[in-house]
Amino acid sequence: MSNIPAELKYLSSHEWVRVEHDGTATVGITYNAQDLLGDVVFVELPEVGSELNAGEEAGVVESVKAASDIFSPVSGEVLEINENLEESPDFVNSDPYNEGWFYKVKLADESDLDDLLDAEAYAAACEAEDH
Amino acid sequence: MLIFERGVTGRNATAQAPLVKAEVTSIPAELMRKSKAKLPEVSELQVVRHYTNLSRKNFSIDTQFYPLGSCTMKYNPRGAHKVASLPGFLSRHPLAPESHSQGYLTCVYELQEILKEVTGMAGVSLSPMAGAQGEFAGVAMIKAYHDKRGDHERCEIIVPIAAHGTNPATAVMCGYKVKEIPVLNDGDVDVEALKEAVGPQTAGIMMTNPSTCGVFERQIEVIAKVVHDAGGLLYYDGANLNAILGKVRPGDMGFDVLHMNLHKTFATPHGGGGPGSGPVAVGERLLPYLPTPIAGIEDAGGEPDYCWLGQEALPDSIGRLSAFMGNAGIILRAYIYALFLGRDGMHRVSEFSTLNANYMAKKLSDAGFDLAYDDRRATHEFIITMSKQAKELGVTAMDFAKRLLDYGYHAPTTYFPLLVPECLLIEPTETESIDELDGFVEAMTQILKEAESSADLVKGAPYSQPVKRLDDVKAARELDVAYKA
Amino acid sequence: MPFIPHTEDDIRKMLETIGAQSIDQLFDEIPSHLRAGSLDAVPSARSEMEITRLLSERAQQDSGALCFIGAGAYEHHIPAAVWDVATRGEFMTAYTPYQAEASQGTLQLVYEFQSMMTAITGLDVSNASLYDGASGMAEAVLMAIRANRKSKSKRVLIAGTVHPLYRDTVKSIVTNQQIELVEVAFDTSTLVTDLSALSAFEGEDFAALVIAQPNFFGSLEDVHCLTDWAHAQGMLAIGVINPMAATLISPPGEWGENGADIAVGEGQPLGIPLASGGPYFGFICCKQKLVRQMPGRIIGRTVDLDGKEGFTLTLQAREQHIRRSKATSNICTNQGLAVTAATIHMSLLGHEGIERVARACYANTHRLIGLLSAVSGVEVVSQGACFHEFVLRVPVSSRLVLEHMARQGVLAGYELSPADFTSSGSYLNNCIVVCATETKTEQDLNDYVSALEVSLKELEGVEC
Repeated sequence: MSNIPAELKYLSSHEWVRVEHDGTATVGITYNAQDLLGDVVFVELPEVGSELNAGEEAGVVESVKAASDIFSPVSGEVLEINENLEESPDFVNSDPYNEGWFYKVKLADESDLDDLLDAEAYAAACEAEDH
Repeated sequence: MLIFERGVTGRNATAQAPLVKAEVTSIPAELMRKSKAKLPEVSELQVVRHYTNLSRKNFSIDTQFYPLGSCTMKYNPRGAHKVASLPGFLSRHPLAPESHSQGYLTCVYELQEILKEVTGMAGVSLSPMAGAQGEFAGVAMIKAYHDKRGDHERCEIIVPIAAHGTNPATAVMCGYKVKEIPVLNDGDVDVEALKEAVGPQTAGIMMTNPSTCGVFERQIEVIAKVVHDAGGLLYYDGANLNAILGKVRPGDMGFDVLHMNLHKTFATPHGGGGPGSGPVAVGERLLPYLPTPIAGIEDAGGEPDYCWLGQEALPDSIGRLSAFMGNAGIILRAYIYALFLGRDGMHRVSEFSTLNANYMAKKLSDAGFDLAYDDRRATHEFIITMSKQAKELGVTAMDFAKRLLDYGYHAPTTYFPLLVPECLLIEPTETESIDELDGFVEAMTQILKEAESSADLVKGAPYSQPVKRLDDVKAARELDVAYKA
Repeated sequence: MPFIPHTEDDIRKMLETIGAQSIDQLFDEIPSHLRAGSLDAVPSARSEMEITRLLSERAQQDSGALCFIGAGAYEHHIPAAVWDVATRGEFMTAYTPYQAEASQGTLQLVYEFQSMMTAITGLDVSNASLYDGASGMAEAVLMAIRANRKSKSKRVLIAGTVHPLYRDTVKSIVTNQQIELVEVAFDTSTLVTDLSALSAFEGEDFAALVIAQPNFFGSLEDVHCLTDWAHAQGMLAIGVINPMAATLISPPGEWGENGADIAVGEGQPLGIPLASGGPYFGFICCKQKLVRQMPGRIIGRTVDLDGKEGFTLTLQAREQHIRRSKATSNICTNQGLAVTAATIHMSLLGHEGIERVARACYANTHRLIGLLSAVSGVEVVSQGACFHEFVLRVPVSSRLVLEHMARQGVLAGYELSPADFTSSGSYLNNCIVVCATETKTEQDLNDYVSALEVSLKELEGVEC
């Protein structure tokens, strides 16, 4: 549970979002999420150009024995997806906050961010789930 | 080594093909195949030896005790197999006219009658080809029933959280939403939660009884009333029918529709993953919706005349589920098995499978294993949980399962149902002797000792099989699902 | 007690261990008023000897006729080694290979099966099999709808020349998911899909086009043109094929510019007896990029802890036991035993052997067409090349002809029901689909013609 960067925002379903300076947001899954899943073997990502709503399913992440939906923490148009994950889904395990990112959106509504958890609240949510 | 790698260009099993290579004159050149399919080029002896040797790399009922929970790995009578393989049965074309089908139709009709009786239902169709297709047929009939009544608001199927994964997947295939309800600590469904869950949107509930927790659902009559009062129907998943065969009938418990797994309860071979056969049985209300075809009888006086009932006879049927009429050869085997057992043999199935399970549960409990539901009777199967061993020794249920292979026993079902952590679901079946059960308990006891003294030994198992533990991550990441020359 | 090994002594010992007075006490959690009565409708037990006698008589009742029915199930010679090896107890009485280390036999065999099916279809990936060809086609339709992300309509075009029982099956399986199946008319003179009928659908949104090759009438479609048309319209192309024919005629992977996307069909011709319709097996193959939409089991090759080659179930996260309500299908079994037989069958014959069988079938079909062309009053409706079967029109009621010939010991074919081919109007009245595979001798073919002539003479003047 050690690895929860303070500068990110979270969903209790283990997605993180990083707001960049240019008004875009990057989404991925947390260290804790990849730890629960085990070795990730495949990530299904949204199509570039599609519109996502906050809370909507944006894709699926699969390990050998489990599959988990990815929910979009924020609304917006998908600008880019991490194509490297097709060849190297293991980035999700080895570097979930950097090389293991999933997709970038053009943030439609900054107020979406207010509904998200900060690092402390997410840590507490993980703690609660563990018991 | 793969069969392809044993081949040499130009070698073939010449005895097995027509001697003459007939000329093809009228097929346009652009519709002819351009390159040969890369199939093995081997001799007949090479084929026989290769596959005989491959077979020896399998565990099977014929070679090992196979207590795989929820799968009912009982003895598959050779007599049933042999009789179902008589040339007259093998050579009958599925679309042969009824005049040339009376022998087969008699068997089908009589099996329908037997299954009606043992389930307490009003009608049976043998056409679904496996349990999952039977489930599909059952839920599709529930949908057809509500639709016919103009009751289109019912959009939800309730499924207890312990259910087989096929239940929710089936409900979705039939266009329903799935509502999961919890199971109490004693293994029974949470009736209060069920009462909360039902309403005008409820199409029905799918249940297994005994449940996947290996215990009988004691509140079944209350559940039936709650669901029926809300206007829903009850679906019985017959995965565990072996536990109650001849003792209590789903129809009497209040179920409206069910499927059976003939490859479990009626001892037909599992064939390394199929074929199965998943007949459905229904109460009066759902009779018009049974999938076709069904064997019927034409009463012309004198000798009975059997016939097929299709869409014309059953205009409200959910339709056909296969090109012909299901897994006919499996249906025959199940019929023959029922003849072997007869009226008095049906209840012995549940009695002795239950005796065996309760005996093993007690012995394992005495040997230091934790029963998941230790204040309940075991049914035909039971669950032990290895949470304690996992926590204290670092040895998981999967490790025990793999180590059992070294002792010559097939592993029980692991990690199912999902709500019991570190579990093994154990189903001995009625055809195993006390010696075999004792041997398994002894092996488990030995493995527990090994886990205490040298955990790594257990965690590295198996050692005696053709391969050690396989790299499943590599298999999924670097997908290799077909040989390329 | 058949199959139950317990002695009185065993039972006593076991009850003592459990701490129960009787076996009946073990059922004390079941409310007593629910307990079953005596099951009077179940017959009393019989011995193996009695059963063998009874069932031999019934099997005998159904046998002896010369069968010219095809329509999706074909009579072929099956080499003795196929079922001798396939029914070894180690194959026949094993379960799904969940414990990979103890199931390498079945797992390797299915990997080999997948390899052979991809070789035959010319596609990249095969699964471990589905129930049968018809339900396999339903799975292919569902798969195409999932896979074609550009199509939003949940509509699929199906050639009217696809087996009517397959079309019925697909309808039963997919309609609850609000999927619409639209039929494409065929040309009654050539009995193949009418390319001009297709143009009416141009520009419309469909997820896929389903084509049968050979089609239900035994005629050969212009699969190249149909596949290219589907692709130009943004549809996937699904081929419903006979695997034996595919060793002789163009396989789905070679159709058109880019090949069909999914191939599906009935595996029965590959070593499975007619046996009243099952167990057979459905096969399904697809292009690599669709693999995650594939339903059912898939076996992969990998290595063990020591780096030794081994086989295991893979891509399981698509399946119902993990994905539950979001699985690609509710299917969990494959037709393992039939696949075992087919794999042995394909190994024994190889491409050369299967192609020779296919050619012999072609030759017999055309030989019978030739003989029937000389029979006055009947008309061979099929034109050009046929595989396995062809359409024959008789001058009187086809039902009466079939019944009359059956009484002479010849099952003369499958009666076409015009209701199954609505787009052709009454054109197919009194038509039957006749099949002659390699098992038929010259004498058999002559017997067909003689029986037909006898029946026609008897039925002359009878109202249609």
